[in-house]
Amino acid sequence: MVTGVLPLALEDATKTIQAFLLTGKEYVCLMALHGEVEEKKIQAVIEEFVGDILQRPPVRAAVRRDVRKRRIYYIRDVEIGGRDVLFRVGCQAGTYIRKLVYDVGEVLGVGAHMRELRRTRAGSFTEEESFSLYDLMQLSEAKTEERETLARRMVKPMESAFEYVPRIYIRDSTVSSICHGAELAVPGIVRLSEGIVPKMSIALFTLKDELVALSKALMSSDQMMKEDHGLAAKTVRVIMPAETYPRMWKTKTVTVQA
Amino acid sequence: MSQRAPWEEQRKLLVKLEEETDPALGCSPTKRPLDQHLRFGLINLDKPSGPSSHEVVAWVKRMLRLKHAGHGGTLGTFTRSEQSDGHWRASSSS
Repeated sequence: MVTGVLPLALEDATKTIQAFLLTGKEYVCLMALHGEVEEKKIQAVIEEFVGDILQRPPVRAAVRRDVRKRRIYYIRDVEIGGRDVLFRVGCQAGTYIRKLVYDVGEVLGVGAHMRELRRTRAGSFTEEESFSLYDLMQLSEAKTEERETLARRMVKPMESAFEYVPRIYIRDSTVSSICHGAELAVPGIVRLSEGIVPKMSIALFTLKDELVALSKALMSSDQMMKEDHGLAAKTVRVIMPAETYPRMWKTKTVTVQA
Repeated sequence: MSQRAPWEEQRKLLVKLEEETDPALGCSPTKRPLDQHLRFGLINLDKPSGPSSHEVVAWVKRMLRLKHAGHGGTLGTFTRSEQSDGHWRASSSS
């Protein structure tokens, strides 16, 4: 029933799958209206749903059924054929398209249901660059050289999930302490995304573009640029194995006198 | 929260200091040896209609002989919720 982009994470990359849960999605949706409506009116009502909308999750949902605000970034490529309406929608994570369709139907006054749904994007992963189960079967059956070629083509580094996540690049000498769970202090920062605000979910990278950890910002980008000390981000989830970069921080040594 | 989709937004990088990285340490994500490439890898799967997201993960896991695998954002009728508060989770969430 629902098809399209489903990001899969392998082995240690499983920890990074959250990046996809948090990110925006794009779908192509086929809506079936339960009555005749003028094309102009359909267009106009669909247009009204772009922006912030309020949604109550459907009865069969895995979350509390509290009304929540979701953003519809755009609705494009609307094609109308009688009672069938096809459209492309870009939306925030956690938007229920089935519910959106139902609500459009209510506003139109005739009712509507979702007939088909295809996810055409999850964050940086697009439909055009996706692989089928059949492709994966070929990878699983391939031997040596062919296997390497296919694996390089079909498997992407976990870092590719973070293309749109605000980030901080940190110094080599800071990496190990982050891997051991420490917070990021300002002196460890080399480059950073603009527009970071406190509490924002961000990612820490090495200067070689390796993902180190998922963090919560404690300062804004402006503060991080201005300050020369203080804590910039709290480490939430360490991704990089701790032994990847050498330990470079100093520990107090206690000399015990015999 | 921005008006535009994340993929339609440009986020500039600010430079705080000039710093180099030691080539002897770590490894660029695109140059990882094959075993590590898989260990830290993602697959952009085009899910067919029929099986649930959960079933698809189980198949791929068996097919590629993986110990762990997870999927991001269920595609199906009875969907597990996507994280709604917009924040990272410290524990595994797939």
